[in-house]
Amino acid sequence: MNNRRIQHLQMQGIVKRFPGVLAVNHVDFDVRAGEIHALLGENGAGKSTLMKMLYGLYHPDEGRILIDGDEAKIRSPHDAIQQGIGMIHQHFMLVPSLTVAENIALGMKSSRGLVLDLDVVSKRVRRLSEQYNLKVNPDVPIWQLAVGEQQRVEILRALYKGAALLILDEPTAVLTPQEVDDLFRILRKMTEEGHALIFISHKLHEVLAISSRITVLRDGQRVDTIPTEQATKLKLAQMMVGRPVVLEYERHPCQPGDERLSLSGVSAISDRGDLGLKEVSLAVYGGEIVGVAGVSGNGQRELAQVIAGLRPVTGGTIHVGGLNVTGKPPAAMNVLGVSYIPEERMEDGVIKEFTVSENLVLQDHGRKPYTRGGIFLNFHVIAKTCKEAIRAYEIKTPGADTPVKSLSGGNIQKLVLARELSRRPKVLIAAQPTRGVDIGATEYIHRRLLEERSKGTAILLISEDLDEIMALSDRILVMYEGRIVGEVPGGKVDVRRLGAMMAGATLDSVEEKA
Amino acid sequence: MIEQILTASVFASMIRLATPYIFAGIGETFGQRSGVLNLGVDGIMLMGAFFSFYTVYATGSLVLGLLAALLIGLLLGLTTAFISVTLKAEQGISGIGMYLFGLGMSELLFQKLIGTPKSVSGFPRLYIPVLSDIQFLGIGEIFFNHNLLVYLAFFLVPVSAFVLNRTTFGLMIRAVGQNPEAADAMGINVARVRYMTVTLGGLFSGLAGASLSIALLNVFQQNLTSGLGFIAVALVYFGRWKPFGVLAGALLFSFVNALQLQVSAIGLDIPSEFAVMAPYVITIIALVFASKQTEKPTALTKPFERGE
Ligand SMILES: Nc1ncnc2c1ncn2[C@@H]1O[C@H](COP(=O)(O)OP(=O)(O)OP(=O)(O)O)[C@@H](O)[C@H]1O
Ligand SMILES: [Mg+2]
Repeated sequence: MNNRRIQHLQMQGIVKRFPGVLAVNHVDFDVRAGEIHALLGENGAGKSTLMKMLYGLYHPDEGRILIDGDEAKIRSPHDAIQQGIGMIHQHFMLVPSLTVAENIALGMKSSRGLVLDLDVVSKRVRRLSEQYNLKVNPDVPIWQLAVGEQQRVEILRALYKGAALLILDEPTAVLTPQEVDDLFRILRKMTEEGHALIFISHKLHEVLAISSRITVLRDGQRVDTIPTEQATKLKLAQMMVGRPVVLEYERHPCQPGDERLSLSGVSAISDRGDLGLKEVSLAVYGGEIVGVAGVSGNGQRELAQVIAGLRPVTGGTIHVGGLNVTGKPPAAMNVLGVSYIPEERMEDGVIKEFTVSENLVLQDHGRKPYTRGGIFLNFHVIAKTCKEAIRAYEIKTPGADTPVKSLSGGNIQKLVLARELSRRPKVLIAAQPTRGVDIGATEYIHRRLLEERSKGTAILLISEDLDEIMALSDRILVMYEGRIVGEVPGGKVDVRRLGAMMAGATLDSVEEKA
Repeated sequence: MIEQILTASVFASMIRLATPYIFAGIGETFGQRSGVLNLGVDGIMLMGAFFSFYTVYATGSLVLGLLAALLIGLLLGLTTAFISVTLKAEQGISGIGMYLFGLGMSELLFQKLIGTPKSVSGFPRLYIPVLSDIQFLGIGEIFFNHNLLVYLAFFLVPVSAFVLNRTTFGLMIRAVGQNPEAADAMGINVARVRYMTVTLGGLFSGLAGASLSIALLNVFQQNLTSGLGFIAVALVYFGRWKPFGVLAGALLFSFVNALQLQVSAIGLDIPSEFAVMAPYVITIIALVFASKQTEKPTALTKPFERGE
């Protein structure tokens, strides 16, 4: 526990180089107690890198950090925590096999000296989670939690440690609108209590709603810092991308073709061991985008995984193009033209240690034209294909031979998308395709999805981002507690009604109230 | 015939012979739970066995002998940590290097300093009033008629389970073995935790060696352990990275060892090669059938480096 306050933290002339990239280029940044300073920028602009230097994970090549006027030496996260700096990472920093309470107790002093005081921690966590309305059970292991719930654990942990300055690296990427509202309430409360907050998000409306100042980074350099009152969406988008950005899309009316994917009465067990998917039936036709809306942890993940062949079904059947594929392995699904953009791209989408080009041909390395005689890889063709993909999808990487783990989050997502779309899928399952992706790239991914739709691909779009669901879907299915509880046509939808259904109200009861 | 084989003395030697497996296996458990595989256990055991034996041989002091084993275990544990944590060497290969070093060095020192096989008087059996005398089912003989190191080994099992599961240090060990990045981000010094567990493993391996040379066998000879340290490493897998699991494996092994001794003692006509092979065959079978749902540290054998 740390009660020290940071009145004013300054980063001056910070430079960070990685092999082949100047990730942060002479950046000045500061944050004061009681304010929320937002950091904006495209994927790979250097936001996370700048913040990791503040948290002691990276060391600046040049520049210095001042806390209340005194130079601070932050050599490790331990130093940062000592100085009262906390960070919620873009990719969760939780130990999957440990419980929520154990993760929170990790690295903290125990009230019983050397012996763990998990019951005390649990009790305090329960109190905190009630106080801030963050529902989390402290006694379950992390691996059983959905992404959104894991994010809540990260937030709780930071609150628990009482950091004076808190860095939030895309904390809202995995939250529903209601959860974002809750988070914002917490953040406002924290600023009133004198915390200094740094907030990173790709969602401009969030940044406009919560921050008091905004700094925009582009290609590692600071474009400008402006007070939020003077900012507009368009102006920010332009500052980030360096060109005007389209924020709305033109869509052709939907012309559904043949039935490509159908599920009837499909059930599956979740990681938690209960029935995560309960007799779900749905059909997706060629040339349409079917959106699946829902609060994180209501069966969306299981739904995507059963279709991709990654999770066994306990009942019901799945058909692709009229063929019964129930229980077929992922490779068979691939051959049938099912592409999958997974929700947890770091775990399921890429192999972190492999290079960009290796990841791009991950599924097709055994097929033409990437192989000679099915045994030797054809590096020439692979290199050429990769170069094209990197250019077409604007993947920011020093080269095709860079290991994927050193790419920024949004660029990893573009890579997965490039791979999956290059396979000309008949059915595309896109789970949270733009989570953590900047507006330029989101625009790009959305346009690609709409293009695929015009080409006649059947697309199942699973997303917790209601804006995205509403912007793209021809039909919207709502999931709650493992069931599909309602279907509404896309286009003009009442957000509040959708939100209520996501929270468990049935369509009828929603309509009655209206 | 069964009565002839399964005597109280077989069970007593099962308990006794479990000692080196427990010491070495528990030590290895700590290292592996933090993500470091130390295959050099057998080498460290040999060095521990030699140094404790030589010290007792030269000074007659059992306490000094024990200290010598601990000291050499500490030094070699630190060396292992330096190689695998600081130098980030391939753990399988460097472990085999440590084994070969221990094997050769202990033999060389033995030839130079002692020469011919000798024996010492090691830790005596402790007589525990009342308990040692229980005749019922041979309980006194089986459980309460052993030397100090045997009790120490068994005592270590619950203590280690407690340390791993109930202390802040144990939590750090588990976190570092499962997700070093997350542990690092929480301000834990990953390298320091791994140094501590690997050094602890070295200490225990030294003790395991001493338990052979100055408590159970009271002799030293070339390759005294004959691969016992490798079995200890396998026991950690067998025991699913849990101290009580390691204990169960150690008892299974020592039981087979004890049977083997008994069978040859009563002159049964079973080719001794079978008896020698048995423990290894059992390990392999057990490993194949062991449940896959485990506490296996996901970062095992992976050196940690910040993504810088
Ligand atoms: N560990 C690393 N090794 C090499 N290059 C890196 C490393 N971490 C980041 N980079 C590079 O530095 C640049 C900035 O990355 P950073 O993660 O800071 O971007 P970001 O602004 O957080 O993007 P996003 O919005 O996608 O999270 C990128 O070009 C990235 O590839
Ligand atoms: Mg980032």
